[in-house]
Amino acid sequence: MIQRGHHDMGGLPAGKVEPVEHDYAEWERRVDAMVQLLRGAGRITVDELRKNIEALPPQAYDAMAYYEKWIASLTQTLLQRGMITTDELAKKMLEVESRGSR
Amino acid sequence: MKDRGTYRPLSYFQLMEVTLRELLVEKGLITEEQVQREVAAMRARTPERGARVVAKAWVDLHFKKFLLENATAACESLGIEIPALKLVAVENTPQVHNVIVCTLCSCYPRVLLGIPPDWYKSRNYRSRTVREPRVVLEEFGLKLSKETAIRVHDSTADMRYIVLPMRPAGTEGWSEERLAQLVTRDSMIGVSLPTPPGSRV
Amino acid sequence: MVPARFKAGERVKVLKSFPLGHVRTPFYIRGHVGEIERLCGSFPNPEELAQMRDGLPAQPLYRVRFRQKEVWPDYRGSEQDVVEIEIFQHWLEKA
Repeated sequence: MIQRGHHDMGGLPAGKVEPVEHDYAEWERRVDAMVQLLRGAGRITVDELRKNIEALPPQAYDAMAYYEKWIASLTQTLLQRGMITTDELAKKMLEVESRGSR
Repeated sequence: MKDRGTYRPLSYFQLMEVTLRELLVEKGLITEEQVQREVAAMRARTPERGARVVAKAWVDLHFKKFLLENATAACESLGIEIPALKLVAVENTPQVHNVIVCTLCSCYPRVLLGIPPDWYKSRNYRSRTVREPRVVLEEFGLKLSKETAIRVHDSTADMRYIVLPMRPAGTEGWSEERLAQLVTRDSMIGVSLPTPPGSRV
Repeated sequence: MVPARFKAGERVKVLKSFPLGHVRTPFYIRGHVGEIERLCGSFPNPEELAQMRDGLPAQPLYRVRFRQKEVWPDYRGSEQDVVEIEIFQHWLEKA
């Protein structure tokens, strides 16, 4: 059940490749930007980010969009590194939510 | 582009993005200006960059040799910065057709081609390209003869691959600029061929 | 400096091991035999980097070429079709 990572999918049966693509939203581009900035500053590595994506539950891995996975992984990575705390996240999320949409 | 007019509450993940960004700015780890600059820099990385490199390799055999030996240095000689990654150009010939995939995640030569398309990151592409490349390529409309070997590159480490497609026939004497317009992103991933001359680009 | 043990053209076998952790040797290639296409250089170990360690000393990384007909029992393409994967030295042994 865990010998093969859910992300490690090379060779598994799958469906037709649908040539879908979408123009990325600003928030998605900002996720990408934050990842590049923090990596460039040597504060996180892409390896930690990948590990945290691989650790997502299989259903979440399949259902989440690409940048949803990256923002979740970035958050976990920063928590692991002690750059943010869960409490800081919780309080800030409440604060942002209470402001309404940006 | 930002939404105009319609109020939509943030999704859980959008909320996370705003939260993280504000926390990181408060802690002095990033600034909003840096984020905006980085977003702009990434927007500027489009497949046209890769197309320029391919077109130059088509007209300049010296450059082509340089590109195949050391793609990072070759691109930098054109003023395209290749920060930290090792770029490898693999050449299509009548005997060999190359196609790139990252089965484990979505590694891609972003600095030349921009952000990868959704299908490149999809389960279906990542699972099947290593196992049945000919069938996958046919789904993209590319049918190769059995005389042409397929070489699939699974980018598992630090190298990033770009395919150097074959120059289409009927383009003798074309300028680099004109040739670059035939070079599609998908031909540099290896799932299709460059646009033939005479097609509407 | 970890010395490079393999040379281009050498036959190597990927360890048939299934450890937990962050691994960049794909499941589908474990236990398979291929040929060293080239030494790509030495790089910090991603398995260690993922655990917030420095991944040093850098490990030799090889591009290894496998014949598709040898990897997939039902492969229907050409005899000459190959898949090439970058694999770290510690995942390889002499075939």
